Amino acid sequence: MAEFEPKIIAFMCNWCSYAGGDLAGTSRLQYPPNARIIRLMCTARLDPAYVLKAFAEGADGVIVAGCHIGDCHYVTGNMKAEKRVEMLMKLLPELGIEPERLMLRWISAAEGERFANTMKEFIARIKKLGPSPLNISAR
Amino acid sequence: MAEGKKKAEKGAAKREKEEPRIGVYVCHCGINIAGVVDVKSVAEYASKLENVVVAKDYKYMCSDPGQQLLKDDIKEHNLNRIVIAACSPRMHEPTFRRALEEAGLNPFLFEQANIREHDSWVHMKQPKEATEKAKDLTRMAVARARYLEPQQKPKVKVEKAALVVGGGVAGIQSALDMADMGFKVYLVEKTPSIGGKMAQLDKTFPTMDCSACILTPKMVDAARHENIEIITYAEVEEVDGFIGNFKVKVRRRARQVLDDKCTGCGLCAEACPVEVPNEFDQGLGVRKAIYVPFPQAVPLVYTIDDETCLGCGMCEAVCGPEAIDYDQKDEVLELKVGTIIVATGFDQFDAARKPEYGYGRYENVITGLEFERLVNASGPTGGKLLRPSDGKEPHRIGFILCVGSRDAKVGNPYCSRVCCMYSIKNARLYKEKHPEADVYVFYMDIRAYGKGYEEFYRQAQEEYGIRFIRGRPGEVVEDPKTKNPIVRVEDTLLALPLEVELDLVVLAAGMEPARDSDKIQRLLRLSRSADGFFAEAHPKLRPVDTLTDGIYLAGTCQGPKDIPDTVAQASAAAARAAIPMAQGEVETEPIVAFVRKELCIGCRICERTCDFGVITMVDRKAQVNEAICKGCGACAAACPTGAMQIRHFTDEQIYAMIESAMREDGGKKEVKAEA
Repeated sequence: MAEFEPKIIAFMCNWCSYAGGDLAGTSRLQYPPNARIIRLMCTARLDPAYVLKAFAEGADGVIVAGCHIGDCHYVTGNMKAEKRVEMLMKLLPELGIEPERLMLRWISAAEGERFANTMKEFIARIKKLGPSPLNISAR
Repeated sequence: MAEGKKKAEKGAAKREKEEPRIGVYVCHCGINIAGVVDVKSVAEYASKLENVVVAKDYKYMCSDPGQQLLKDDIKEHNLNRIVIAACSPRMHEPTFRRALEEAGLNPFLFEQANIREHDSWVHMKQPKEATEKAKDLTRMAVARARYLEPQQKPKVKVEKAALVVGGGVAGIQSALDMADMGFKVYLVEKTPSIGGKMAQLDKTFPTMDCSACILTPKMVDAARHENIEIITYAEVEEVDGFIGNFKVKVRRRARQVLDDKCTGCGLCAEACPVEVPNEFDQGLGVRKAIYVPFPQAVPLVYTIDDETCLGCGMCEAVCGPEAIDYDQKDEVLELKVGTIIVATGFDQFDAARKPEYGYGRYENVITGLEFERLVNASGPTGGKLLRPSDGKEPHRIGFILCVGSRDAKVGNPYCSRVCCMYSIKNARLYKEKHPEADVYVFYMDIRAYGKGYEEFYRQAQEEYGIRFIRGRPGEVVEDPKTKNPIVRVEDTLLALPLEVELDLVVLAAGMEPARDSDKIQRLLRLSRSADGFFAEAHPKLRPVDTLTDGIYLAGTCQGPKDIPDTVAQASAAAARAAIPMAQGEVETEPIVAFVRKELCIGCRICERTCDFGVITMVDRKAQVNEAICKGCGACAAACPTGAMQIRHFTDEQIYAMIESAMREDGGKKEVKAEA
């Protein structure tokens, strides 16, 4: 069987992390192609239900990425996201999903390298963990 | 004709409400995308997706013929949603939105899949996987497009006034330009006088103009201009609002001298018994506790330095016009402006962070800015360069370049752009007065990139006999007896290690982001680039804009630059800032919260979540003040019933993307099941 290729959903804020991804692109930094990015204006828009929905649909991992604390375009949006992700970290084990499958990262628009490294690191982590218990197609 | 347009709009409005008819366009971007991604197969794949009426690939969708193709198809196929798989939406979303508008379609019925920055450029060696990803991203975009709704951009009036933060040459130039265009300008400066770093310089390269002689007339012009209000010894404390309507709080610190009474005669300073190091002279000279930083200060109003004043009353006793007021309090001014220009400048790299050069330990190692003050006629030595240890004129001077620049060890990998030239200029200045002196420049590369710069450098070599030694000095040591600094360096052209004994070493300390950049960044919600300077919206096409509408950058706060570039950029920022003010009104983003009243249970969670006081309760239902909503979405994410939504980022749109990311058949628009 071919090597397990995780499916990953990434929620990224428009101002920092999505732009950091753009910079990784213009800098031609190479990273594995497993993530599908959904752009939000701010991580504050991240309804925790989106993360649950992604796992319910069979995602093997979810990344949430926004501006560094203090840099938020909406001042405190990322702090709200941080609290929600903390809550999800506690909730996921109750649903039988390892909390390691969810990652919160601050990536600024100037951090193309950090963006690419985050992708590499997280995808390697999920490959090690194997398919999500809810990923039926991989079972 | 107006009727025709109305009819077309009506037709378009009808089309927007109908079943989605989606056109998908896959851009080659030359070979940027097509070199990796099989664009034909992506278009072919997209053509089979539900609601997709037409799918094509094209060489450059952003080009005129590309946009024309789009417009023609919208008409021919009666399209009401457009998906373009191309570069980042941060690049060309505005371009494509405009094309939709020109074809009579609401610009928000558009979704862009990023298959360049997020795909072909980052998976260059995996064409198969990149093509699969492109298909997924396109499918996700189509899924979201099914749920897109037309949005109207609200228009807001623009206050015909601007705030300029920072009174250096950049801020002064921006202020003068906007004031000449007829706009009111508030020029806020932290120190007691405008003028900035340029006022500290002696001569300027490559023309050898006296810096003060070309700057001070501009300072006076700014002070005299009827449209400019200079607010010195003041700092911006709070910025609220958005383009067109910024509300700014500025704290004007108490000078304890009444500016409408002070005549600038200076009797007070003569009487003042307190002497402290003068910041303007880099601490080399002294000033009194009541002072003006330099003789040409604007405004020419004395300031009492609260920290060193003894309160002896000597100044008050001699002041004829009774301008001294010890009880003066800080004053908070509230300004309303339409646009803001940030011109907060740079700070010089702290040369002590390169301990190998001995700055701060060896008296005869100084920085470039200190050299400027020592050769300046109004400086602490009256323009005579005397070395600090014994007050003698140096015979042998060495300039060391790239101190704190092009140096990853201190965290500054960038070039400061001015040090080569100002060091050569200083070397020439000294040689002009002292042709017999031995002057060395230790360099890695000479970057003489500006107009007339290379010629200036050649003259320094050929006519002035300044010795250029290629090599980054390893260290500077001091002869304890003579206090002479000795530079140890490898001449990399001759592959020879050298020890050069000198009388004075001048370190070309580079530029760093101003120390209070963090505060300014937070106040104005700016971004920083990797070098720590403020980031422009686009490095080539929007070099003076920021990502916050209505806020612009001028001068070295955006990155190291010399005076001509600073002044050019300041004029550019003024021109950009004038656009919304000249137009009188601007369109703002419609991405704000709205309430689906039938779902709202009046729990008030959204009200508590919002940091901007946007939500109020009316008849036990949430109500959004769209004019002040910033659209972050915190309320929508917190809403337990889905009543609170963000325009253009609704739950349905995001769920559709999640589903379709995971499944081929995900994210389809369901026929309304529930009544």
